Amino acid sequence: MEQHELNKLRWHCTRRALLELDITLGRFLDNGFNNLNETQVKTFIDLVAMEDHDLWALISGKVEATDPLESEVIVAIRKH
Amino acid sequence: MSIPVHKYDVVIVGAGGSGLRAALQVAEAGLKTAVLSKVFPTRSHTVAAQGGVAAPLGNVNEDHWMWHMYDTVKGSDWLGDQDAIEFMVRKATECVVELEHYGMPFDRLDNGKIYQRPFGGHSQNFGEKPVNRSCAAADRTGHAMLHAMYQRNVRANTQFFVEWMALDLIRDDSGAVVGVTALDMETGEISIFHARAVIFATGGAGRIYASSTNAFINTGDGMGMAVRAGIPLEDMEFWQFHPTGVAGAGVLITEGVRGEGGILRNCDGERFMERYAPNLKDLASRDIVSRAMATEIKEGRGCGPNKDYVLLDITHLQPETIMKRLPGIREIAIEFAGVDPIKKPIPVVPTCHYQMGGIPTNYRGEVVVPQNGEPSVPVQGFYAAGECACASVHGANRLGTNSLLDLLVFGKSAGESVVEAIKDGKLPMRPLPEHAADSSLARVNRIDSASSGESMHEVRAAMQRVMQAHAGVFRFGEDMKKGVKEILEVAERVKNVATKDKSKVFNMARVEALELENLIEVAKATMISAENRKESRGAHVRDDAPDTPEHPNGRDDANWLKHTLWFGSDNHIEYKPVQLKPLTAPSVELKTRTY
Ligand SMILES: Cc1cc2nc3c(=O)[nH]c(=O)nc-3n(C[C@H](O)[C@H](O)[C@H](O)COP(=O)(O)OP(=O)(O)OC[C@H]3O[C@@H](n4cnc5c(N)ncnc54)[C@H](O)[C@@H]3O)c2cc1C
Repeated sequence: MEQHELNKLRWHCTRRALLELDITLGRFLDNGFNNLNETQVKTFIDLVAMEDHDLWALISGKVEATDPLESEVIVAIRKH
Repeated sequence: MSIPVHKYDVVIVGAGGSGLRAALQVAEAGLKTAVLSKVFPTRSHTVAAQGGVAAPLGNVNEDHWMWHMYDTVKGSDWLGDQDAIEFMVRKATECVVELEHYGMPFDRLDNGKIYQRPFGGHSQNFGEKPVNRSCAAADRTGHAMLHAMYQRNVRANTQFFVEWMALDLIRDDSGAVVGVTALDMETGEISIFHARAVIFATGGAGRIYASSTNAFINTGDGMGMAVRAGIPLEDMEFWQFHPTGVAGAGVLITEGVRGEGGILRNCDGERFMERYAPNLKDLASRDIVSRAMATEIKEGRGCGPNKDYVLLDITHLQPETIMKRLPGIREIAIEFAGVDPIKKPIPVVPTCHYQMGGIPTNYRGEVVVPQNGEPSVPVQGFYAAGECACASVHGANRLGTNSLLDLLVFGKSAGESVVEAIKDGKLPMRPLPEHAADSSLARVNRIDSASSGESMHEVRAAMQRVMQAHAGVFRFGEDMKKGVKEILEVAERVKNVATKDKSKVFNMARVEALELENLIEVAKATMISAENRKESRGAHVRDDAPDTPEHPNGRDDANWLKHTLWFGSDNHIEYKPVQLKPLTAPSVELKTRTY
């Protein structure tokens, strides 16, 4: 990913409506994001585009992801 | 260098609840309307609001706008302006019904009417007993509200500039506001938005504190821009705190945890609330619990290596109870405190939640300033609504669910005022002053060209520490004096912030440095106004203004029943009277606030 794309992704991760997401997504960008493979990066970008409450429901485990790729990335986010 | 100029009838900065409501009013009147937002509209912080929006619909039990008015005045500890409060509560039903017509999926009663739930501080018959006044859409009230209004704005042809950050107000020689400068984050370019009127709806500034329930976006940009343009800020000493935010993260732990038997403990493991509130203990009101926690920490009985938090203990509850009755709490504790609350207590601190002060407006949403001995003279072309504005309906403390109502009523009112003024020919398109963008360009250039200087992260953290330590939920005279000195020192450091990233496209470091320039104005306003107000009132509670027979709750109406106006140019303070006369209703007479 180019630097400006990363910058934009960081903006989309850390200027959310929910503080819970600002913190978890920011932390993941700093610590876990670099370990994702290309497909996982795409999935992560799709997740980041979700509505705040829906995404937080997935990360906090209130709702289980149905797509296996999604749940892989969610598990990675939860670890950080 | 020539700067692109966009021309609109009306420019609205902010796409949260207040901005979208204002935009709708002007766009549906056929005016050419632009809305600027740092994020996509439905990512605005309004989405976080879950509790609901207050309106005296009387769908569940009998209600009346006069009772809602009484509750709001009392909640404000009599600092709210009663004309604005009457205006808000009388418009509440209309605004909620309108929202319903825009497609807001409110929870319903069996008879099809909007369901209403009770909320702290809202009562029937002037404080007699609780009333169901809050209208909600499940636990997504703010989210549903923004979606309904966004769709409606698209239909009305409102033009959205998403990921554009407004930088400064543009005022002409007469002082009239004629537009804003703004940064397109995608390209890094700066433009001018030239307009007949500008409405600010930029939300709060909770990120001035180290511990805040507010999302990172709440950096007080509207207030910063107003201050740089010579507009004072009103009543900035008043911030509402929530007792239990996760230490370090700020994420809210609901009151329900104490309701289910959660116990607050200090470093000795003592259940300290027994000393402060022998009867209600951990279930005492928010203010009392927050103050007790702050006292424990201040007196050295906090926990952890820095002794800067207390513990919320639910380890004595059955795991099944925690999972069943407190869903989500275990996840929050694990995620943000790194502890499993079934096994270990959760570190918590009183956490900044809501800003009662802001840009001074009247109930028409016009920004007003003192001029030639008059306390409230409208600034031509400048309007504000929502958390960034101070109308003032919340006074010294806000009632839950009254903020979403404030967004709807004053967003609409600001929009209506603009439409009327344009119709009456009172808001012509005034020429742009020469060099309209110079000061914004200079600010951005300084950041871009600084080759060395302070780190934005360090200076921001220093500001947040000063505010948390000296302008927290319980305030001490000497501390606040120290706080004023320290925050002015931090303000000097802000001028020296340099960033490493010099790129143009989506340069987040640059944006954050610009946000910090706004945060620091709000921090100074808060610290200086707090030190200056020598009484306790509402959310501003001083150790040296205690509860006495002459001054119940420490409130001193003879000297302090007045609004603070802080001026950023030289940090001086002026006052303006509280409007005790409502529009039509009898005045709510001064009384001691007890619940
Ligand atoms: C966790 C939480 C729960 C809450 N629950 C409730 C509740 O149940 N009921 C209630 O009444 N109140 C509640 N509140 C308070 C209420 O949600 C807020 O006061 C309210 O949503 C603020 O709305 P707003 O329109 O003023 O601003 P926001 O919704 O914060 O929107 C601000 C807008 O301004 C834009 N903006 C800011 N600066 C700039 C700039 N420089 N350039 C361009 N755009 C900019 C942002 O992008 C955003 O679109 C809650 C608050 C919190 C923190």
